[in-house]
Amino acid sequence: MEGLGIVFALAGAILAALVAGIGSAIGVGMAGEAAAGVVTDDPSKFSKVLILQLLPGTQGIYGLLIAFITLTQIGVLGGSSDMSLEKGLLYFAACMPMAVVGYFSAVRQAKASLASISLVSKKPDQFGKAMIFPAMVETYAILALLISILAIMGITPLAI
Amino acid sequence: MIEREGVWMSKEQYIYAVARVRSKELALLDKPVLEQLLSCKTYEDCLKVLTDKGWGEHSGESAEEILTQEREKTWTFIRELVTDMSVFDTFLYEKDFHNLKAAIKQVYVRNEVPNIFINDGTVDKELIFEAVKNHDFTNLPDHMQTAAEEAYQMQMRNGDGQLCDIILDRAALDTVYKKAGESGNELLMEYAELRVVTANLNCAIRGAKTGKRIEFFEMALAQCQTLDKKELVRAALTGVEAIYDYLSTTVYDDAVFALKESFSTFERWCDNLIINRIKPQKYNTISVSPLAAYILARENEIKTVRILLSGKLNELPENSIRERLRDMYV
Repeated sequence: MEGLGIVFALAGAILAALVAGIGSAIGVGMAGEAAAGVVTDDPSKFSKVLILQLLPGTQGIYGLLIAFITLTQIGVLGGSSDMSLEKGLLYFAACMPMAVVGYFSAVRQAKASLASISLVSKKPDQFGKAMIFPAMVETYAILALLISILAIMGITPLAI
Repeated sequence: MIEREGVWMSKEQYIYAVARVRSKELALLDKPVLEQLLSCKTYEDCLKVLTDKGWGEHSGESAEEILTQEREKTWTFIRELVTDMSVFDTFLYEKDFHNLKAAIKQVYVRNEVPNIFINDGTVDKELIFEAVKNHDFTNLPDHMQTAAEEAYQMQMRNGDGQLCDIILDRAALDTVYKKAGESGNELLMEYAELRVVTANLNCAIRGAKTGKRIEFFEMALAQCQTLDKKELVRAALTGVEAIYDYLSTTVYDDAVFALKESFSTFERWCDNLIINRIKPQKYNTISVSPLAAYILARENEIKTVRILLSGKLNELPENSIRERLRDMYV
């Protein structure tokens, strides 16, 4: 079991970036298809639909941030990477909110973005309101980001 | 099939197409435009308004040319978006059976009757005609073969044109219903259900008014979920009032009012029923359903404009035309 701690900690960091990143890639891709459909018929709506397309992309960035913080805390980017199995598992668990919530919130946010892109294609003057609907989903990605950061930072000083 | 196979990818592949449809929906005729058309003094003024709205290819075209082009524009647009057009076959089977009916009649009278075939079915109209002429239905799709043989025999041996029509109309409804069910797409299934319901009601009312026998109703009425065929046959044999009573116990109770008013009001009710049921597709962003809804919306729009133009051409009063107009999708 010796040395397995760092394996779990690193796996957590990688999953945070990987799973949230996959969610964002799917989300931005879906919204991009819809945006292209709108721009095909009306190129003047490009800037509006572009913003809506980018909204599901933030989860990937949050995942990257969590991965980066974890890597610095566990010593992979420098310093000692010696840690107990328990501590490694704690880091793994701390990364999970961002990985899981990141993925699902990105996909659901993409669906809200699709609906908002439809709204903008019909009523471009309602862009402000259209942006709020997918932005609401962001709340839960931010909550997951926050809890993952707090958990990672809280694990570091633990003497286990 | 579309919505069942690969639940994820199959639906997702229509995202671009749905977004294109959303943009196109902006050009659909809405109530204010219909009012504008209604307030036109002459038939020619109506054509001008339509041309200004982008209907037809160039000015000076006849109404029929404009409407044909609009239908063609819809299908060209859909063909641009969807590679596998068989998704929309549910809307086209009735055209095939119409062509089969026309071919049998043409072969029976041994005279060429102009313009009786419809284009854009799922089967080439020439193939259907050749099959009837040679009395060899093996080249037709499976779902047409049995009905084709039965209708052919009825027409050629007994000379019973009405029974021939009933066999083919029933086969068309059964095909639409079966194929829509196999597609697994909710909108297509709902469309098929409503097509069967409206056709059954139409048939039951006409049959009851002309005192048809049980064999007629058994043969003409198709099975569906929301109407009980046995109950409807029983009611139709008793009379029109019994049909109204039966309908009052179903989800189609509002059809009674339309039927009591006039047959044209009932036909309007049938068309409006389909349009109102597909309206939620305006908010669907994934799957093929919004595309199918757009096709139906365009067909409904073309039909409404045809009614309006015909009213204007015959100088009917504005109110008389208005009460025949269908609800719009947008």
